[in-house]
Amino acid sequence: MEIILDGEQIEETLRSLAETIAADAAGANDLTIIGVRSRGEILAQRLAGHLSQQFGHAVPCGTLDITLYRDDLNSPRGIGQPQVRTTEIGFDIGDKTVILVDDVLYTGRSARAAMAALIDLGRPKAIRLAVLVERAGREVPIQADYVGHRAEVQPGQSVQVSLIESDGKNEVVVG
Amino acid sequence: MNRILNIVERHTHHGSKRRHGTNMAIMRKSKQFRWQHKHLIGLRDLTAEEINYILDTAQGFEQVSTRSVKKAPPLRGKVVVNLFFEDSTRTRNSFALAASRLSADTIEFTKKSSAVSKGETLLDTARNLEAMGIDIVVIRHNAAGAPKLLSKNINACVVNAGDGYCEHPTQALLDVYTIRQMKGSLEGLKVAIVGDIAHSRVARSDMWAMTKLGAEVTFVAPPTLMPGNVDQLPVRVSYSLDEVIEKVDVVNMLRIQFERLGGNPFPSIREYSRYFGLTVERMKRAKSDIVVMHPGPINRGLEMESEVADGKNSVILQQVKNGLAVRMAVLFLVNQAAAQTTA
Repeated sequence: MEIILDGEQIEETLRSLAETIAADAAGANDLTIIGVRSRGEILAQRLAGHLSQQFGHAVPCGTLDITLYRDDLNSPRGIGQPQVRTTEIGFDIGDKTVILVDDVLYTGRSARAAMAALIDLGRPKAIRLAVLVERAGREVPIQADYVGHRAEVQPGQSVQVSLIESDGKNEVVVG
Repeated sequence: MNRILNIVERHTHHGSKRRHGTNMAIMRKSKQFRWQHKHLIGLRDLTAEEINYILDTAQGFEQVSTRSVKKAPPLRGKVVVNLFFEDSTRTRNSFALAASRLSADTIEFTKKSSAVSKGETLLDTARNLEAMGIDIVVIRHNAAGAPKLLSKNINACVVNAGDGYCEHPTQALLDVYTIRQMKGSLEGLKVAIVGDIAHSRVARSDMWAMTKLGAEVTFVAPPTLMPGNVDQLPVRVSYSLDEVIEKVDVVNMLRIQFERLGGNPFPSIREYSRYFGLTVERMKRAKSDIVVMHPGPINRGLEMESEVADGKNSVILQQVKNGLAVRMAVLFLVNQAAAQTTA
């Protein structure tokens, strides 16, 4: 078990992600942030906080539950039984630039499911993927637009993101 | 800075902090819990935790019906059969819509239009349907126990949509879902179920669900419409609506089912409605935030006066709406349990 990011470093990473996203947006006010349950939700809120501060106005932020769009729902070898939870997006995503936020980009399957779920909610102008940690192991052709930290991880090892809101501490561990 | 963060928070939470709180609670809990049942036969057999899990799951399905594409893919490629041996509009349509919102294909099978009218038995009918490759059977039957019999004889998932005077689990689930939505929880609530209890599977399923979730249930009916074994059930009994109306938080008015009533269970309709009808007059003595429910279809002016059915305490249409989310959750969960038991 090795800590690759501590609480301080997670915050610093998010701050610099927010700066890059803000620079790319170049003052456009169609930016929205949507986090993938469950840890992406929390990261999205933190990211939206940083962006709101930079823009001087509130950036809309929502939460997406992707359970119904997973590709392993009917597979007995799936990850077990995911709980269906609520999607809470209180704004129209049509013609908006959506920054989709997740904790770890690994196989790419969650990001694929998230895109399918988003498109059933409307037609965004663009979807960009932002992740706290990226690691090797893609199983579908998907890549992130904004990467906080690239982790060197052996196959068989896992990356675990803990956040104070859901896990009682802030850290990213490889083990 | 603080002000901005507050705005962000409101955007995120939809203005509902409590809801967010429950989601976090679910997140921690869900690690241990696993839904195991590929059939839903009755609520008598379920634990409070299992019932709450269905309700929590239903919450996630509500938004599918409100967005631009009213469909999600989890039952894509599955076939759901509505096998109804008794008349039904509401429940049958609700299941059909729930199945199609989950992207399943549906087959409607009613007694009148099928080989059943040519004398085919229940099991033969079901096995024939199964030979076509169906995955879930939603069954309504006038014989208590028919869904259970079916579940023991076919491989498909079986969901009970009402059997005899035994159970109607999805109706009770949508009832408790609606109450939970209105009151936050059922713990400690007083609920009156009023009317033809003896012939009501809704009353029985409600009783199991509500008592398991911590409510105190009173059956209110004239002696002729009270079940014979009522003293063995986990309920209080009252023969007067006037006696209980002031004390209860929820009142569920059952439909007088003329099609099931033989003999003369009460002297006249007018007399029944005078003693057991929910009138404007009685509502004046009820708690101001009493929740008024009815499983439908209403006999207006009999169980309930129109002003009450359409009044501010009535959640009757909310029940219908919630029924869709609850049935989506049930179809989703039984299919999940089946997917994980067949390799």
